[in-house]
Amino acid sequence: MPILEAKNLTYTYSIGSPFEKTAIDHIDLQIEQGEFVGIIGHTGSGKSTLMQMMNGLLKPTEGTVLLNGQDIWRKGCDRRAVRFEVGLVFQYPEYQLFEETVYKDIAFGPKNMGLDEKEIDRRVRETAEAVGIAAELFEKPPYALSGGQKRRVAIAGVMAMEPKVLILDEPTAGLDPQGRTKILMQLAAYQKRTGCTVMLVSHSMEDVAKYVSKLLVLSQAKIVCFDTPANVFAQGDSLEEMGLALPQITRVFHNLRARGIDFDDEVYTVKYGAELLLKKLAERGGGSC
Amino acid sequence: MESLIKIENAHFSYPAAEENAKPVEVLKGVSLEFEHGELVAVLGHNGSGKSTLAKLLNAVLLPTEGKVTVAGMDTKDEENLLEIRQHVGMVFQNPDNQIVATIVEEDVAFGLENLGVPSDEMRVRVDQALQAVGMYAYRNHAPHQLSGGQKQRVAIAGIIAMRPDCIVLDEPTAMLDPQGRKEVMRTIKLLNRDYGITVILITHEMDEAAQCDRVIVVDHGTVRMDAPPEKVFSHVQEMRALGLDVPQPTELCDLLRKAGYHLDPEIMTPEACADAIAALLQ
Amino acid sequence: MLKDITLGQFFPMDSVVHKMDARYKIIITLIFLVMLFWGQHLTSLIAGFLFVMLATICSKIPPKMLVKSIKPIVPILAVTGFLNLFMLKGGKTYFAWKFIEITEQGVQTSIFMVVRICLLIAGTSLLTYTTSPIVLTDAIESLLSPLKKLKMPVHELAMMMTIALRFIPTLIEETDKIMAAQKARGADMESGSLMQRVRALVPILIPLFVSAFRRAEELALAMECRCYHGGEGRTRLRTLRSGMRDYIALGITLLLFTAVIVLNIMLH
Repeated sequence: MPILEAKNLTYTYSIGSPFEKTAIDHIDLQIEQGEFVGIIGHTGSGKSTLMQMMNGLLKPTEGTVLLNGQDIWRKGCDRRAVRFEVGLVFQYPEYQLFEETVYKDIAFGPKNMGLDEKEIDRRVRETAEAVGIAAELFEKPPYALSGGQKRRVAIAGVMAMEPKVLILDEPTAGLDPQGRTKILMQLAAYQKRTGCTVMLVSHSMEDVAKYVSKLLVLSQAKIVCFDTPANVFAQGDSLEEMGLALPQITRVFHNLRARGIDFDDEVYTVKYGAELLLKKLAERGGGSC
Repeated sequence: MESLIKIENAHFSYPAAEENAKPVEVLKGVSLEFEHGELVAVLGHNGSGKSTLAKLLNAVLLPTEGKVTVAGMDTKDEENLLEIRQHVGMVFQNPDNQIVATIVEEDVAFGLENLGVPSDEMRVRVDQALQAVGMYAYRNHAPHQLSGGQKQRVAIAGIIAMRPDCIVLDEPTAMLDPQGRKEVMRTIKLLNRDYGITVILITHEMDEAAQCDRVIVVDHGTVRMDAPPEKVFSHVQEMRALGLDVPQPTELCDLLRKAGYHLDPEIMTPEACADAIAALLQ
Repeated sequence: MLKDITLGQFFPMDSVVHKMDARYKIIITLIFLVMLFWGQHLTSLIAGFLFVMLATICSKIPPKMLVKSIKPIVPILAVTGFLNLFMLKGGKTYFAWKFIEITEQGVQTSIFMVVRICLLIAGTSLLTYTTSPIVLTDAIESLLSPLKKLKMPVHELAMMMTIALRFIPTLIEETDKIMAAQKARGADMESGSLMQRVRALVPILIPLFVSAFRRAEELALAMECRCYHGGEGRTRLRTLRSGMRDYIALGITLLLFTAVIVLNIMLH
């Protein structure tokens, strides 16, 4: 059974007004336990709306969201409990920090869950470590941290609820390359360690390609494809038509394929590309000097 | 001819946050010159000092040591302030926090209103500026109805309406989606090419720096490299050490070169990379 | 959603009233208000009604919009009506039961007051329906500009007003986002005692204030970089221009006003 499922899911804004707009249009989606899903699509494709429906912040105008096979909008369902199971990290989450200390801010979610002090303490320490926030920073006010640190504290605040599904809306927006890599690597490690499901919205194909096991491409309120990165990138041209740029490394190999130099596999990381090329060059023999 | 902007051995320190602490030195002796019509990227990771450097260029900050001159005027001289800011305009990261008026064309006019330009001339200049950034059709819109990229283009129009020699853009695309990034990059390249405006682009995105003619790499308050992009990116290891990326094709060629194959270190685009690899496989 | 609330009351249309100089519109509205409250007689109500009717027709604003503008103040109207109905005593007594007494004067005054407030709201709504907030601000600045000689910060106040108008939608959107984000962390804003609910606002208000200050700082810097140095020597893109239609409108209003004065004196 998939952990999270959308059935015929639809959301329409401002129904009946001239601004009526369908942000998500009758989609079906199944997310399995332990998957690391990348979600891509340009602004206005419905990503944010989909995410907010997945944890019960928005009520679908049509269709259902099933968590562990149960409709989250069924009668008597505690939506707050749903939000603890499906953690959602918004864009620029550092703007939501409000407590006097880093420790208290990370503890806000667990506290709302009604956990005891000891359990809260364990969770704060564990998640802070997962995002590389040293214990020395616990008593500092959040504003004293650097931009990248604030972002990671905010992410830890959601992780500390230990959700089964962690959804993040562009967790790397506005960060420099080092900051981006750091967060993505920490996320990947966290996912591996806890075995939870992660859904990651990103604009950067290059970043996403390295970490995810599946890619969900949204365009104009519909799912275009939901498959492994290799299969998604193999569709090259249709993605570019949607205004989504392929990783440059993939473009190198598509270009080579157009010249009749084909490789069996789809390439979307530099490391793998170099590996394939070196093998091929070695097969040709010579060339090396 | 004299340089448009000249920085001579500039140092800058922020005063210490707490008592008895040392002031934080952000720039440690930077010397640079910017000429008319250049398209320059200043590349560096967060905290490298690149934003502080940008703020020295139009007298938002004054060097604690050293000297900055704009069109021959010392930025330390209070009397030159308005004129310097007319010469060197500035666009910031957050498009929302630099739009003042509730209607696009009134915002573009804001700078001109401050300078006391007569209304008929203002009308002409506002319309021209909006056309130059491709936002004329939106002149009567409210800012909150626009996308991030569109807002940023309005902010750029507000600067070019003042007819500056130079625009400094401080991470103008950091908060935008890929579509917005493309729009802004296209706009600034066009302004540089067709209007001869000097563009200084502060960024941490290597793909944006790759589109400029000159790349200045800043790290820990000093200039580490100052060369055309293909030269800068050919130093793959050094760039990595500075916390910066290089284009993926450059990285691929670098890996192949390390394995002993001959490839031009200055390859940046996927096309050039594919060409070189195809030649290698022949 | 909060951002769906329409801001300001501006109702863009192509009409004579929309095209009028906002300064004249403000002056005319002021005269209208004086007329409504000065006259203690039915004539001022009739004149006021005529004025609102004429202005509505000229502005092409659907009359149901005016009805809509009155809706929120219905409770106030009810209270005013009831108070006048029961408190004022005089003339014939229509109804009496224990201490409750309804008299002729009570009925008259209560109707009079309710109609007067309705006209007041309708008249001022017409001003905001036909004038965009930004133009209204400009006009107020222009009308108050003589006060600059008395060292009143007229320009600064107008600039503050403009910036407030500019940032209201941005901050509303931001509030929406922060609320959703804190809800995602389990913040409970819908249940509990009053005290608990007030406390639940802290995680929303603090980030909102922090963000507003950050925006203010960045905006100030951006304005400085665009050579802002106060109101001195400033010119405007859109200058307020008055024309024949403004003079005619003012003329008609003054005529109506004089008529009310004359009738009031004559009927006394």
